[in-house]
Amino acid sequence: MELEKLIIQFQKKDEVAFEKLYTMYAENICGAIYTIVQDTSRAEEIVQDVFVKAWNKAESYDASKGRFFTWILNIARNAAIDEVRSKSFKEQKQNLTVDYFVGILEATENEEETPNIAPLRASLLQLKEKCIQVISMLYFRGYTQKEVAEELNIPLGTIKTRNRNCISQLRANMSSHL
Amino acid sequence: MNVKEYIASGILELYVAGTLSAAENLEVAQNAKTHPEILKEIEAIEASILTLSKEVYPSKYPHNFDTLKKRIHLDSKKVISLPKQKKSWTSYMGWAATILLTAGLFWMYNQNNSLRSEIESAREENIDLEQKIANSRASEEKTRALLTTLRDKNITVVPLGGQDVSPNSYAKVYWNKSEEKVFIDAQGLPKPPDGMVYQVWSLQLDPLSPTSIGLLEDFATDGDEVFALPNTNDSEAFGITLEPAGGSALPNLEQLYTLGVVAS
Repeated sequence: MELEKLIIQFQKKDEVAFEKLYTMYAENICGAIYTIVQDTSRAEEIVQDVFVKAWNKAESYDASKGRFFTWILNIARNAAIDEVRSKSFKEQKQNLTVDYFVGILEATENEEETPNIAPLRASLLQLKEKCIQVISMLYFRGYTQKEVAEELNIPLGTIKTRNRNCISQLRANMSSHL
Repeated sequence: MNVKEYIASGILELYVAGTLSAAENLEVAQNAKTHPEILKEIEAIEASILTLSKEVYPSKYPHNFDTLKKRIHLDSKKVISLPKQKKSWTSYMGWAATILLTAGLFWMYNQNNSLRSEIESAREENIDLEQKIANSRASEEKTRALLTTLRDKNITVVPLGGQDVSPNSYAKVYWNKSEEKVFIDAQGLPKPPDGMVYQVWSLQLDPLSPTSIGLLEDFATDGDEVFALPNTNDSEAFGITLEPAGGSALPNLEQLYTLGVVAS
């Protein structure tokens, strides 16, 4: 209920509500963008763009059509994909293959981290590769079920349950560390 | 509706992913309102994605709402203050008209100037013509006066013949004794050299005594070479000598050009 009120205030161009929403979601949005652009400074720039866009088209959000996070995640995805397709990005990152986030998790494994975060990362890594693929495609890259089915060469009808199982796995892994 | 089955179907995960159709979205949202378990499940799914997305970021995200706030203010200002930059055809027309007008004014200024100078030269020409007319009128009057004088019955005509210095020269003296005037027609004399002037003398023959009655000044420019001079003498003859400018007290007889005796 608290979130609903916040969103209504935000849609009335209330900057305080906007700041709260930004604080709530900015780093998640940044992570989602990072899975696509794989460059922290670029990702952080795009986060700003995404929230400016969200502010400018705040009235277009319709709670009956989906979650607020889903709405802003969609804006972020589009912005990140636009960035990857842009000429300047291609010039900077030649031969970039947009990997699934498992690669990202592995890559950061060796970096110095606060100790209480590391186990969570480790548990996320326990996800099966097929789960990482499905979650990455559906949530971070904006694939439709049909596109996921074609990409992974699996029947369309199985996407829904496979995704459900993977999310359940994710939740289980996380809860063991929370 | 079997809520557990509904949750287990996996539709809520897809709802959070945003891959459902508009109708399905509406349905899920509706069910979430009527069934708190469904809303709770949705929130749990969302939370897992939130955690995951946060965890995949390799560094700490630097929250910076101030920059964002500046940008949204700038954006809103931009929206308000952005006037249509597109130049309308009317402004181009305006410039074109201005240029045309300037060119037109310049042209008219030039025209005006040249008309003015034309008027000026026409005026000068006019003055010139008026002068000429006046001159010719004066000349005509002078000619008439001369004619009248020459026709006068009291006139005595004295022809002067060429002398040794200039045998081909000649002149005529028209003497009006009652008016004590002589008119010298000097057409037959050569142009005097620079610094010299013809001087007319009235002569008494016995003994020979000359009296100057005047100079034929401006001989070259006179035009008709007819000169009027006063003559109060009881002249017996007239002579014309060439003298230095200003004339002489006595005639230089070596430069006597013409001489004639008054018929008695």
